[in-house]
Amino acid sequence: MANIFTTLWRVFRHAFRPRVTVQYPEQKFYLPPRWRGRIILSRDPDGEERCVACYLCAVACPVDCIALQATEDEHGRRYPEFFRINFSRCIFCGFCEEACPTYAIQLTPDMEMSEYRRQDMVYEKEDLLIEGTGKYRDYNYYRVAGLAIGGKDKGEAEREQAPVDLRSLLP
Amino acid sequence: MRDVLIPLAVVVGVLAGVFAVAAQLVWLERRLLALWQDRYGPNRVGPFGLLQVVADGIKLLSKEDWTPPFADKGVFVLAPAIAATAALLSFAVVPFAQNIVISDLNIGLLFFLAMSSLGVYGVVLGGWASNNKYGLLGSLRAAGQMISYEVFMGLSLCGVVLMAGSLRLNAVVEAQREMWFFVPQFLGLAVFVIAGLAETRRIPFDLPEAENELVAGYHTEYSSMKFAMFFLGEYLGITLISSMIVTLFFGGWLGPWLPGLVWFLLKIAVCIIGFILIRAALPRLRYDQLMALGWKVLLPLALLNIIVTGGVVLASGSRLSD
Amino acid sequence: MTTIYIDNRPYEVAEGQNLLRACLSLGFNLPYFCWHPAMHSVGACRQCAVKQFKDENDTKGRIVMACMTPASEGTRISIDDPEAKAFRAGVIELLMVNHPHDCPVCDEGGECHLQDMTLMTGHTYRRYRFAKRTHRNQDLGPFVTHEMNRCIACYRCVRFYRDYAGGRDFDVFQWHNNVYFGRQSDGVLENEFSGNLVEVCPTGVFTDKTLARHYARKWDLQTAPSICVHCSVGCNTIPGERYGKLRRIRNRYNREVNGYFLCDRGRYGYEFVNGPQRIRRAMFCYQPETAAEPFGRLAAIERARVLLEPCQHVLGIGSPRASLEANFALWTLVGPDNFYRGVSAKECRLTDTAIDMMRSSDMPAPSLHDVERSDAVLVLGEDLTNTAPMLALAVRHSTLQREIDLTEKLHIHWWDDAAIRVALQQRRGPLFVATPAETKLDDVATHIYHGVPDDLVRFAQAIAEALTAPIRRPEGMSPDLTALVEKVAETLYLAQRPVIVSGVGCGSEELIRAAANIAKALGSAGRRPGLAFAFPECNSVGLGLLGGGSLEEACRVATTDRAAAVVVLENNLFRRVPEPQLRSLVDRSRHLIAIDHEENETTDFAEIVFPSASFAESDGTLVNYEGRAQRFFRVLVGAEETQESWRWIWELLPKEQQAAHAWESFDGIQADLAQTMPAFAPILQTSPRAVVRIVGQKIARQHARFSGRTAIHTDQDVRETPPPVDRDSPLTFSMEGYQRMVPLSIAPRQWAPGWNSPQALPRFQEELRSLQELDYRGQTLIARLPSEESGYFASLPPAFERRPDEWLLISLYHIFGAEELSVLAPAIAQLTPPPYLALHPDDADELGLDQDDEVEVKIGGQTLRLASRWNLSLARGVAGISVGLPGVPPLELPVWAGLKRVVSA
Repeated sequence: MANIFTTLWRVFRHAFRPRVTVQYPEQKFYLPPRWRGRIILSRDPDGEERCVACYLCAVACPVDCIALQATEDEHGRRYPEFFRINFSRCIFCGFCEEACPTYAIQLTPDMEMSEYRRQDMVYEKEDLLIEGTGKYRDYNYYRVAGLAIGGKDKGEAEREQAPVDLRSLLP
Repeated sequence: MRDVLIPLAVVVGVLAGVFAVAAQLVWLERRLLALWQDRYGPNRVGPFGLLQVVADGIKLLSKEDWTPPFADKGVFVLAPAIAATAALLSFAVVPFAQNIVISDLNIGLLFFLAMSSLGVYGVVLGGWASNNKYGLLGSLRAAGQMISYEVFMGLSLCGVVLMAGSLRLNAVVEAQREMWFFVPQFLGLAVFVIAGLAETRRIPFDLPEAENELVAGYHTEYSSMKFAMFFLGEYLGITLISSMIVTLFFGGWLGPWLPGLVWFLLKIAVCIIGFILIRAALPRLRYDQLMALGWKVLLPLALLNIIVTGGVVLASGSRLSD
Repeated sequence: MTTIYIDNRPYEVAEGQNLLRACLSLGFNLPYFCWHPAMHSVGACRQCAVKQFKDENDTKGRIVMACMTPASEGTRISIDDPEAKAFRAGVIELLMVNHPHDCPVCDEGGECHLQDMTLMTGHTYRRYRFAKRTHRNQDLGPFVTHEMNRCIACYRCVRFYRDYAGGRDFDVFQWHNNVYFGRQSDGVLENEFSGNLVEVCPTGVFTDKTLARHYARKWDLQTAPSICVHCSVGCNTIPGERYGKLRRIRNRYNREVNGYFLCDRGRYGYEFVNGPQRIRRAMFCYQPETAAEPFGRLAAIERARVLLEPCQHVLGIGSPRASLEANFALWTLVGPDNFYRGVSAKECRLTDTAIDMMRSSDMPAPSLHDVERSDAVLVLGEDLTNTAPMLALAVRHSTLQREIDLTEKLHIHWWDDAAIRVALQQRRGPLFVATPAETKLDDVATHIYHGVPDDLVRFAQAIAEALTAPIRRPEGMSPDLTALVEKVAETLYLAQRPVIVSGVGCGSEELIRAAANIAKALGSAGRRPGLAFAFPECNSVGLGLLGGGSLEEACRVATTDRAAAVVVLENNLFRRVPEPQLRSLVDRSRHLIAIDHEENETTDFAEIVFPSASFAESDGTLVNYEGRAQRFFRVLVGAEETQESWRWIWELLPKEQQAAHAWESFDGIQADLAQTMPAFAPILQTSPRAVVRIVGQKIARQHARFSGRTAIHTDQDVRETPPPVDRDSPLTFSMEGYQRMVPLSIAPRQWAPGWNSPQALPRFQEELRSLQELDYRGQTLIARLPSEESGYFASLPPAFERRPDEWLLISLYHIFGAEELSVLAPAIAQLTPPPYLALHPDDADELGLDQDDEVEVKIGGQTLRLASRWNLSLARGVAGISVGLPGVPPLELPVWAGLKRVVSA
């Protein structure tokens, strides 16, 4: 019996405690850099698209909300012809970011992306691609890949020997 | 002309007032619960979120008014109306102030008990007509609970009646000019408060709609305005039980300096806040605990209260002559 | 069968089998690289190491290569032995030392044998910190991309390209760490099977160049079992679709037909499905002389019904490139008397003759597998590499068969490829190639004979006579030729499984009969020869079995009967007979209704055009050269108004007939066909009914990992629509459905857990064999008649003699360009030669022609202008025309014609 009144009293005293509610949107709260919010496509330090359209993000996506089509420029550099994320399906699990071998797709600390029309939740590459490198400043996939692209010939990547001269028999 | 207009004004005033209070209780309850949970509660619509009830009303009105195809349609529609009406009818005998009472019946207390018993029909019929297992289970529980607690509620008030010597509520209030009845009748008050909670199906006695086992109990299938009627019925119930507590145990409209109506409203406000505090703090009972509490504790207490009060009144021999 | 012990548990395997194959088919995950189920073991990569024990008391054991060790009674091996595991992990780590960091941009990624094996051995972290060796790539033409950095030097590519497919322009160069697989210099790979490098290569050195233009990963492709439509062999394929476009063709194993490989026409001809010439909407020609315009599906049907109703006769022109069901639907619409086959009278005759010969043969027509296992082959008049490429590959492979049989005496296992090749040196089994001009099989032929079709007939008749057929011996044959005839006859007689391959390519009915003569003579001598004919198109045999008149007959009827309307089914008539003959049929004033998927001259003339479905968008049955009916399944749903021809025709049927023919689904029309023509009843056994479910599920066309489901169409509308319903087959256009292994004839993909590459196939081949009873690998429709002794064909054409001012024009075929549909694919079109006329250089000199000079040819009423080319293998007085290439009108060859040099102004 006394317990009940103690409980009542304890609960009543909470009326004078500070509030835990953050008055969003007047008050913003801190989102850590690794917060899993709006997805972006970043660029490498040279300002080129990082995405090589390998489809790994798409296959990792548990709700299958990423669709893209790979294509190639005249020098063999791969990039997505289109890249679409249906944010009305996205669950912000971050699997795409984990799957990405080139740090191209990244989740950002932005979660203010509500729309009145569901159709506006479909983001195309123009909407996703940012100007900077995002969280990973220095990585440039094509500097370590063996593929030759415009501006980087065979043997010019990191830790690569010059191409073998097939006409030579020297060891 | 005055004979007609004043009562009419009273009727309209009471109806409007009661509705307004019941509606605003939604807001009050949410704000208070938030207060005791270190939150803010609804504070966006209007000043302090006061217009939340308007928003809720619009929302409820614009919802699809769904009657399940498997329901007993007539009864399904009737049930929420009964629930709200039964609660509303009791207000006819409540003396808000010395002169503000719709009908100062000489069997006012009996009328109140009768009307609040009718409330069980709304619940039982609603659950039954829904043709839904959760609804049926909820209404079965409600029936058991409400009929049981009706008994103690009635018995707990016998002490008050004995002391006041009248069933007319204004007379009961008048009888408290020297001393509010909660002092001599604290046992009756305790039983009545508990029974009142059970009657209004409030936590910790909200087993009929226990959401973690029965979805929403008897109003599982209700939506839109029909749901709103149940909702309204519940808040009317709270207001009514608070009014009765104030009238029967806390001197009703009696009080110094201020007009009677203000005193009355202040008192029921405190009472309602108490109800909400109980909701904020206490967990729900198990059904067997509920019944055990009722029949094994409250019934003997209420009977004891009658015997003791009867004895004391008999010994003092004061009012029985009325 | 023999018992071996793997990790101390007994298993039953075939005696003499190598342990690798045994382990794989028993379901063990044993990594390997250089072994290939068709090219067998060389023991080069050292990846399939297991530990072998002497007996149960031997605890030490020794590491052996599973692919080089035969399974014998009581063989005890351990796969899980820690030492063997470490050995395999070490090998793969070394192989991976120079492998680039390329997987995300590599087309092989996701179906890479190297990825699978690396994962299988547990090598997940590269310890090598030094610089990697790099190579420059070569441009290998429009089919194959070269990325040498990725090479792990398993030698499979050269073993396939040189040893198996007979290519000469690809080899291995350099040494030790620098070995390089490629050509001497950049250039188009010359071999017709170069596309198989894509599947043979265990990693991404060779990848599909056409796929790279619209790349999609394996798991993203919607696939279904299909049949190649680009020649009469009927290879089994798995086309893959994504975003409504066909992305690539992969081989689907069928032991009897194409085994592990495809030709480049079959692999790369698919792009016509995505081409701009596709018809996607029902069109109506408002006024004569104007192009047809989209008209709306229902309106077009209504208009067509109004047109057809008053006509007393509706002529139906079928097609050898349409499915059996589509042709049958047209046959039903117009009635048996008004159904025409849509090919020239000559082709009708040739096809009918060949089918008759197959009917009266003692043996069923040999499958590719039978041809491969044959120990003596005679090719008569057919340039197989260009008309039925996979048949040529089988013939090429057959030249090893006899010698491989002989190596058993040397105690060399049949799968020990390197040892067999050392033992064989350059010895090849008997293959006789008698053709009008040189063929790509000449390099493996024991003897070659080049002659005009009539001379080939004489040659064949002489062989038949030498095999004691009661016919006249051709006179005036040179002693050399007589000796060759004797040798061929003797070799065929002594062979265990001789095969005679001919075809309609020569345009000579007599040659077909003569080929059958040889088979018959062998048969009456107690041999069991195989007799195979190459046909021009994928369903020539099916259409031949269905019957019906020739296109010329249809034209004749049309001339006399002005009131007749014409319905043309998936056929460009302008490729069939010369244009003047067609005038009466494709008259502007006539009601011509065309049902086709490609825009062509015929659809240009049509009043109403219905968009039919290509092979990838439809279900159907095709009958291949051996009379084998095979079912192909819909890979994708046709865009816009596209639907199967038989569905269009059903909608054109009068109401009362519609009720009689329940063609709501493919099963309905198949059942109707089997009932109407009992000869076709076996087609019901070519596939399961549409109601079949596996554990209550349909078979999923999409991989379980199919991605983008909720984003693919959201640029149009964010609301998702349910996947299309497939009423025609037990397959579903969804990733929801049965995903595990099913019989390959209904399997949308070849996949086993942990084995994502085409190398998954050997992994469950044993399992497949147990599924064979369930399998629908095609049913032969050729009902054989008992052979009659009197049935010898006795006619002997006169020997060829040069004429002073005329040349005998014969057909020369091209794998790339001579087929109507594949030439619409950009990659194939790139390799299509310009039309030409080939002459012996001496003849060319006589006419004053240099290479590539323009020459004028007068045939009948037509005059052609072609570039001239030298061809040393042609006899003097003979000229070859590249038939079927774009720009060459339909011709009836062989024919005599005058040639004239065009003097450019």
